[in-house]
Formats: sequence, C-alpha cells, structure tokens
Amino acid sequence: MSRINLDMSLVERARRAARGIADGIEPDINASTTTTIERTVLRLLGINGIDENGVPLPNVIVEQAQAAGILGDGIAYWIGSAMVHEGQSAAEVARRIARGDLRLEEIHPADEKAVREAIAPEAARMCAHIKGRRLERERLIEELDAARPPYIYIIVATGNIYEDVTQAKAAAKCGADIIAVIRSTAQSLLDYVPYGPTTEGYGGTYATQANFRIMRQALDEVSRELGRYIRLVNYCSGLCMPEIAAMGAMERLDMMLNDAMYGILFRDINMRRTFVDQRFSRMINAYAGVVINTGEDNYLTTADAYDHAHTVLASQFINEELALRSGLRPEQIGLGHAFQMNPDMTDGFLYELAQAEMARAIFPDAPLKYMPPTKYMTGNIFKGHLMDAMFNLAGVISGQTIQLVGVLTEHIHTPFLQDRYLAIENAKYIMNNARHLGREISYRAGGEMERRANEVLTKATAMLEQVAEIGLMSAISQGMFAGVKRDPRGGRGLDGVVKKRDGYYNPFPEIFMRELSSPAFSPKLWRVQAQAQAQAQAKTKTKTKAKVEAPGPMQAQAPVESQAQAGERMDSGALPHVAGGEGGCGR
Amino acid sequence: MTVSGVNLDLTRVRPYGDTLDDGWVQMSLTLPVPSGPEATRAAEALCEKMGLDDVRVVYSRDIAGTFTFFVVYGKCVHSVDFTAIKVSKVNMRHMTFDEINEFIATCIGRKIVVVAACTGSDAHTVGIDAIINMKGYAGEYGLERYPWFVAYNLGSQVPNEALVAKAIEVGADAILVSQVVTQKNVHIDNLTNLAELVEAEGIRDKVLLIMGGPRIDHELAVELGYDAGFGPGTLPSHVGAFIAQELARRMGVWAPAEKA
Repeated sequence: MSRINLDMSLVERARRAARGIADGIEPDINASTTTTIERTVLRLLGINGIDENGVPLPNVIVEQAQAAGILGDGIAYWIGSAMVHEGQSAAEVARRIARGDLRLEEIHPADEKAVREAIAPEAARMCAHIKGRRLERERLIEELDAARPPYIYIIVATGNIYEDVTQAKAAAKCGADIIAVIRSTAQSLLDYVPYGPTTEGYGGTYATQANFRIMRQALDEVSRELGRYIRLVNYCSGLCMPEIAAMGAMERLDMMLNDAMYGILFRDINMRRTFVDQRFSRMINAYAGVVINTGEDNYLTTADAYDHAHTVLASQFINEELALRSGLRPEQIGLGHAFQMNPDMTDGFLYELAQAEMARAIFPDAPLKYMPPTKYMTGNIFKGHLMDAMFNLAGVISGQTIQLVGVLTEHIHTPFLQDRYLAIENAKYIMNNARHLGREISYRAGGEMERRANEVLTKATAMLEQVAEIGLMSAISQGMFAGVKRDPRGGRGLDGVVKKRDGYYNPFPEIFMRELSSPAFSPKLWRVQAQAQAQAQAKTKTKTKAKVEAPGPMQAQAPVESQAQAGERMDSGALPHVAGGEGGCGR
Repeated sequence: MTVSGVNLDLTRVRPYGDTLDDGWVQMSLTLPVPSGPEATRAAEALCEKMGLDDVRVVYSRDIAGTFTFFVVYGKCVHSVDFTAIKVSKVNMRHMTFDEINEFIATCIGRKIVVVAACTGSDAHTVGIDAIINMKGYAGEYGLERYPWFVAYNLGSQVPNEALVAKAIEVGADAILVSQVVTQKNVHIDNLTNLAELVEAEGIRDKVLLIMGGPRIDHELAVELGYDAGFGPGTLPSHVGAFIAQELARRMGVWAPAEKA
C-alpha cells in the first residue's frame, strides 16, 4: 500500500466526477470529425508525400473535400468510392485527386458495402504494420531493456535533426534512457505536418515523419551498442495531434506528449477541435503501444505550485479518464506533474515530496512523468544544479517512473553537451545513492505531509465535482484551469471541426478498439515492469512468507530482485565515481 | 577604495580568487576530441590563448567517447579599467505599488493604458504574464492589479500587426513586447519589425515602446529604437514605475531628481 495515508474515498469521488466530466463532452466528441482526423485517415491509408508546392497530399485532398462539403461523410468513404469506380488503389486515387486529374466532387458515391470492402485490406495492411512495429519494440525491450525507473528523460533541441542525432547519442551514452526531440516553436499551430528531413528550426526541430525515422534509426544503433533500449519521444499536441500519432506509430516512437487540454489552455486551440482530436490521437497511441505523457506541469509555470497543486491533480483525473476512453491502459498513461515550488519556501521539499507521494499513491499503475524545476532557475547554475538534485531525490524516493532530468543551465540556453552530461550524472548519482531509500520510509500518521497530500486531494475533488456540475467547456471558459479563459467558439482550428453525417466512415477506430478492448491487449512497455509483475505473481502463487507489498507495476520500490539482476542493474545503472577519471560514461 | 587593506586601482581590475589581484577564474568547457593526455594539453593550450596563466585542468571526463569535458582554473592576465565603463540603464526611481498608483493619480490624473504581447512565433508567455497578469510574480502584483493601469495582455504568438492595431484601437500609452525565444537571433528580427511598424503607423511619438525577456537589456532596446529594455529579474513595479515616470516627464509634469 502507499506510504502516505490518503482518504481513498475522496479518490473514488474524484474519479466519479471525472467520469461525469468525460460523459459531458462525449456527445460532442462522437458527433464530429476534424480536418486533421481525416488527414490522418489518409496517412493511415498510405497516402503521404507533398505536391509540387510542398503541400502535404493529405492536406490537398482534405481541403478539396471540405470545400466540396463532403468531408462529413469521412474521407475514407470518398476515397473508397473512387477506388470502387476506378479500380485503383487508395494511393493511386489519392495521387490523381491531388494532381487534379480526378475531382472529388465528381466521384459517384459507391455502395457502402463496396466501399468498406475496398478500404478494408488497405486499412488492415496499415494496422498490421503498426502492430508489427509494436511487437518489434516489445522484442527489443525483452532483449535490451535494462534500465529501471525513474527512467532518465533528456531533451534535445538543436533545430537540425542530424545535430540532434549527435546530441541524442551522446546523451544516451551518458545514461539517458529516453530522448525527446523538442519541436520547433509554434509547430503546434501549423495545420499541417512538415515533410522530409529538416535542418532549420527555432527552439527545436520540426516533427516530420522523416525526422522520426532518422532519430529512431540512430537510437536503435546506439541501443544495440549500449545493450540498452533507448526510447524516443515526440509531441502529439497542437492542430495535428492524430497525424503525429499516426506518424509516430509507423516509425516506432515510444512516447508521445499527448494532453487532452494543453492545446486549449496554452496554445489557444479551440476546445471542441482539441477534444475531438485527442480521442483519435490517443486511440492510435494506444494501439501502437505508446506511453502518453500529459502536460499538467505546465499549469505550474504560470500558477503557484503550492497554491494550485490541486489543479494539477484535477487535470490528471480528467486526462486519465479521457485516455481510458480511448483504449489506453493505465500503464500507458504517463500523467504529468512538476517540482516547481519556490526554493525560498520553508519546508518546500516536504510539500514537493508529499505531492509526489500523493500522485504515486493515487495513480499506482501510471508511469508518472515528473518535471524538473524551471520557474525559479535563475542562471545561478550552481544553485540550479542543487535544485535539480533535490528534484531527483524526490523522484527516486517517491518512485516516479519518467524523470525529465533538469539541466543546470535552464533559462540560459538550450543545453550544451556538457550540461546534459552534468545533469545525467547528477540524476544517476542520486538515483543510485538513494535507490532503495523510499521503501524504508513511512510518513508520520497525522503529520504535515499527510495533511498536505489530503488537502490537495480534497481541493481537487471539490474542483472536479464543480467542473462535473457545470461541464468541462464552461469550466474552461470560466478560467478554472491554469487561470486561462477560453471561449468554446474561440481559438484556432474550429473551422476544421466538421459534423459527421449519417453513414460517416472511418475504418480505423473500429479496428483499433476491437483489439484495445480485448483483455488480451497488454503491450509490454518496460522489462522491469514485466519482471516485477511476473515476480509478484510467482510470490503470490507460492505464498512465500515474505510480505510483498501489492506492487503497482511501475513502482520503483516494488520489485524484489534476485541478486543477479540487482548486480546487472548496478553495472548498467551506476556511473563510476572516479574523480578526474576518464571512464567513459555509461559504458 | 580599499580592499583587504590595499588600495584598489580601479583602472586595473582583475578577478579576485582569494587574494587581491590574483586573477583566478574558474571555467568549464568541452572539446570535441577523445579524452586523454593530448586532450588535457589541448585544453590548457586553448586556455592560455584565452589569456589565462598558470592553467590547471582540475577535472576531465570523457563524454560519449568523442568529447571531453574539462573544469579549468587559471589566472587571467588581462585587466579592465572600471572607471571607463559606461552602461546605459533604464532611468527611473524605484517605487512601490502604492507609490506608483499615487504618482499616476497626482501627476498624470488618468489611467495609463498598456498593451502587451509575446509576438511572432514565440509561445512563451511566462515573462509577459509575470509583468501584466493579476497574480504577478515573486510576490508582486502584475499591472492588471494596479487601479491606475489599464492593461491588455494579448498573450503569445501575436502578430506584430495585431499588437500595433490593438495599441491604436485602445489609445495605448505603452506597448510592451516580450521575447523569450532567441535562437538564431529570431527576436532581433521580430523586435526590429515591431519598431518599424510602430513608426510606419505614425504612433511612435505617442507610445512608449518597451521590450523585455531573459536575453534583453536596455542597451539592446536603445539600439533597436525602443524606450526601455528589461531583462531577467524585472518586477512589475519596475516596469510600472518606468512607464509612469517617463510618461509624466514627457508630459512635462514631472522631472526626475538629480542623481546623487
């Protein structure tokens, strides 16, 4: 059980409220499709590439369909009709439409059954491909995944995918487990996905399918070299959420930032657009075995981390509920939170740890994503390095799963190579040095940490119940999240929301959800997790005398290891502490 | 001026390690070469070229087999003439929340209108929110909370044109632009573009044009034709006090006291 004593009846109430909140927007999600969803359908039907003006073919075709007023039937219906009449493949039909040889509005509507028969093999081919990539990951995890939580998550962001590769490989060799390629500033507001490898970007590198492939290949190489599977992350947010999910599924990305409300609050993307898009994007992520990361940490970049802690928790409950409805397993839902309290605050670490333990206890199966201090990083890199150390300590004690490692030069520049090395060294030192400290700790009953955690939980529950009563859209328009007010008719992308007509056709949700709702669907996400589960089951079966804490599979402190495994992990996990030595890190 | 009982020569100032004028500096750097004695010698040689004497590589470490990280100490052979240093600073007297409101009420006699945004492709509202939003920053309220300010925060990724149009629409006294992303100097182009737009719209003499951000300083602001630039650590009251005083000065109703 959890080490911090929480009022679990409040957790139940909060989840019930979250279900009510999700129920409230469900009709809206089901009634509509969007331009990016239809573009995603085209991508999943194998339609990629750009026209002579550099416009992606999915955009060219969907824009035509929207102008012709037929998008509400689903682009798959019209592509299928053309396939039936012309006797050609989806890709051939698409190329002709994009060239203008075939006009969408002149295609005769074909019989629904014939359309489905034409589309089904093409859809099945892509599903098999995505599933193949998932199984490929699972084999690699089985073979190579030696890391254990908290997994060290590091960001690269040079703007040039080839430079990113250099930095990512170096970070992996220093001990990073997860590499995130930050996107170019404002890509979330582009209503198309750029094409091809890119070498120019501001504050990050464009997410393109080619860039995904280049980085995946580089990380696969380095994974083999290190004998350690290195995970790749990108951003499935903004106006092209489902398209990026599809690209990631095809290129075997392992994680996606994918939040149900982030775009609304922080990028002023229309809320209806976002709610509709998040559903399909998350279905794709679920099917691809991707771990999503939600963005609650962002609330605390503007709001105070102590006063508004409950908004983070409330949002986690909503994100969890919406993710479950898209077929994601709890083990795939990396809920976000952050270590952002003012460092001058007396007992700030106590409160941070209380909240981290609270999140761990409320979401025992979630691969929680813990974000480092950024708001109070000043340019005093020495103090910053200490703040990151405190953050790492909170992460390892409370058993966070994904630790976005803070870098001492935060707020100065995108990290230098050496900044990343120092950050990883800091994390590995602390996570090794305090590896099992957490499981020795129980917090004082009736103490300050318990009081704080329950206070946050109480406030979050009250907030969720209020949101459930007035509805999520009005709650957002009243500024209840992150203090940002958004109008349901405002923001970017509403013009891309299209009402579905009777007979609307998109072959993929049905295929995805069939498999996702099967109890047999259980993507292997981490090897340590699978081992812990296997061991827990073995222990239960043999009824050993040792009391095994009912382990949340992701809990760092849960696994009871054999000595051989512990030794093996020590080797791969610990940096040699040789002052002035030349021992290559991570080798 | 005396330091450690010795008269300090302000025309020849050198770094202070643990003894006056010893010149010690600490530094870290990475070279794109594999670690080893040659790498260490290379780091020393480079530091000597940078003007360090008695260079000591106290730590070196291989990164990923192809790079080497160094921590280095050395004595700087150069000095600076402190008496010759001139820096242009935002010229204003610090005032508190209440003092600023009182000042506006008595000297200007009407509310000051401010429009603010993070323009161009920049999505980071942290800076502008800290200065403008009700809740403010570091225990200080933002300008929205000031009864004698009317503040419009247009948020992030606002086109410069939209910011200028809003300023004209509401008759703004000041335009605040925040720039956080500075990769490849994208902020310089954007800030220059905004200054040109303000000029082209014929409102340059009607508004105070102010920039802010983590890599912004007053010198840059002056260079690009702005009235002020605010860097890291700026609080809402700094910006508020500057706007109030500068406006009053331009209206001829107030003059700053002589500097001590």
